[in-house]
Amino acid sequence: MDFRLTNRAIDPAALLGGLGDWGAGACVTFEGRVRNQNAGRSVKALDYEVYAPLAEREGEKIVGEAREKFQIIAALCVHRTGGVALGDIAVWVAVAAPHRAAAFDACRYIIDETKARLPIWKKEHYADGTAEWVNCAAGGPKEGGGPGQEMK
Amino acid sequence: MKKTVRVRYFAILREQRGLDEETFKTGASTAGELYEELRSIHRFTLSPGRLRVSVNDDFEPWGTPVRDGDVIVFLPPVAGG
Repeated sequence: MDFRLTNRAIDPAALLGGLGDWGAGACVTFEGRVRNQNAGRSVKALDYEVYAPLAEREGEKIVGEAREKFQIIAALCVHRTGGVALGDIAVWVAVAAPHRAAAFDACRYIIDETKARLPIWKKEHYADGTAEWVNCAAGGPKEGGGPGQEMK
Repeated sequence: MKKTVRVRYFAILREQRGLDEETFKTGASTAGELYEELRSIHRFTLSPGRLRVSVNDDFEPWGTPVRDGDVIVFLPPVAGG
């Protein structure tokens, strides 16, 4: 499994063991961490909600696309579910490749596509006691396609 | 003819519906019609232009026919990472 969901703390050291082989001259990792502010508001915690069967399938697809596009040996992406605290790793990506350019490019591709495509939602809890689903305010930017458009 | 589908709700739609999922009898012929039907009943705030649709655990277009026994999810704007 090159894509995983977990409700526990992500442990990069444990996950990195065995990633790639001795042909991997480069390993690039990315940690997406929970930040203490967003859009000018003070954030104190996050909840992630995930549609797991679709997220797992789409996550595997993204890593598979990275393998096709870039010369890499191995890749892994792990995303948290449930409640996460400030500073926690929310998403983690690692790519092992013979050379650094492909490792950087594939890592960037995987995190960008993960954020754009996976059915994962984030509820931010603010210091003022309110909470909000990110990107879901009424009248916000158009996403998806809507009836009349093919979006498969 | 009415069909019986299972609708699962996530994030803001789950909160607005007050349920994780429900079994729903519908005369809607497409996923888009089903969303409009549910939206008018439950006053969901998100317009369909901001959602995607999943049928039986796969992304599908809004024009996908609704069949008896389908598991349908209307996906709010995502925010992973």
